[in-house]
Amino acid sequence: MDDLSAAVAATPLPELNLRRLLCPLPVIRLEQYVAAHPEVTQLRVVATDPGVKHDIPVWCRMNGHRVIALSEADGEIIQLIQIGSL
Amino acid sequence: MNESETAKNIPEPAAPRRAVALISGGLDSMLAVRVMQQQGIYVEGINFYTGFCVEGHTQAIRTSGGSDEKRNSALWVADQLGIRLHIIDVIEAYKPVLLAPRHGYGSNLNPCLDCKIFMLKKAKEWLEANGFDFIITGEVVGQRPMSQLAAKLRIISKKTELEDLLVRPLSGKHLPETLPEREGWIKREGLYDFNGRSRKPQIALARAFGFSDWSTPAGGCCFLTDENYSRKLRDLWQAQGERRYELDDIMLLKVGRHLRPLPEFKLLIGRDEGESNFLYGYRKQFITLDIVSHNGPITLIDGTVDATTLHLAARIAARYSQGHASDSVVVNVRRLDGSESTLMVVPLPKDEVNPAWMI
Repeated sequence: MDDLSAAVAATPLPELNLRRLLCPLPVIRLEQYVAAHPEVTQLRVVATDPGVKHDIPVWCRMNGHRVIALSEADGEIIQLIQIGSL
Repeated sequence: MNESETAKNIPEPAAPRRAVALISGGLDSMLAVRVMQQQGIYVEGINFYTGFCVEGHTQAIRTSGGSDEKRNSALWVADQLGIRLHIIDVIEAYKPVLLAPRHGYGSNLNPCLDCKIFMLKKAKEWLEANGFDFIITGEVVGQRPMSQLAAKLRIISKKTELEDLLVRPLSGKHLPETLPEREGWIKREGLYDFNGRSRKPQIALARAFGFSDWSTPAGGCCFLTDENYSRKLRDLWQAQGERRYELDDIMLLKVGRHLRPLPEFKLLIGRDEGESNFLYGYRKQFITLDIVSHNGPITLIDGTVDATTLHLAARIAARYSQGHASDSVVVNVRRLDGSESTLMVVPLPKDEVNPAWMI
């Protein structure tokens, strides 16, 4: 994790719990969350489906957002997302 | 003519017409979009999630498969095409389609014709809500017996009231002219005349477009076309005494061995570490058997058991553990109230596992 990602990881952020959801539900729930929370500019998502490592960055890219950090521990994948970063 | 009059007479460049494409993640919808993009059409994709999509789930659950393959094909296709994709949850809305299809099932529990009509109606709602001009699908005349025969395609167009607005670029030359063609938004000569079950024309077109990778899901993209899955779903309905399901039900049908030794209960036994981990997530909803004396998968009991049938269930679970040849295996039983106990059982011999138990 680079300095920027570490800084973001240490910042209190809204967290979206996508644990135990399987593809494509993590992406569906993420899209619903972002649409319902226009005030959120940074978001932490926690998932357990390894497919999110591919799917969420792709979804972010096609919607003008960006994954700025990704980490994995104890079967959980954590991604920090900058909303509307592009 | 002064400058302002000149400016007034110059027509503004027309904004590109906008189409929404049903993206399955397979090659045909990928090609259909690219054909329309080549005619200057702006395309966005939609993908409807019914809960029965083969997509991702088993890749994510099972240990085998390699992490590189764990991706959503529809998202990947959209990314390759440079279009936005909207994945839409239709789990609840889809239930009546599966439970009571007006046009019946295919060879298994696949209500393909009703499914296609349902999805196109949903696409029409999306089109109207988002101000798009027409719909694209990757359907090919004659490719699938239940939903893509020419007559069926006409039924689909009529029942969805999309006759003029539904473009099938890969078979467009075999089909009646559509509104986008009449209005000049797209050119008929730029459509294709694919017909039948051969994949050669699609593969040739993919290569011509420079695509080197595409998804080729065996048996289609829907679990309902799968004989084994359909058998499990029928068993679920029979055990419940009615045709209904929730998302967890249909997810669990995709995972593990399913054995029904008695009408009162079914066993779900993980086939590898990934499936056992997935089933472990349901331990609070089912009586759970865990082999503690040997390595072995987790087993869920779906239904009701008494002391005798619990003992049988534990013996079956032990049969699928590494202690299957041992004289005894210790099984931890976790009940719905959280209480736990252990059973010492003799694994059921292979020849006593009744093949009729396998669902």
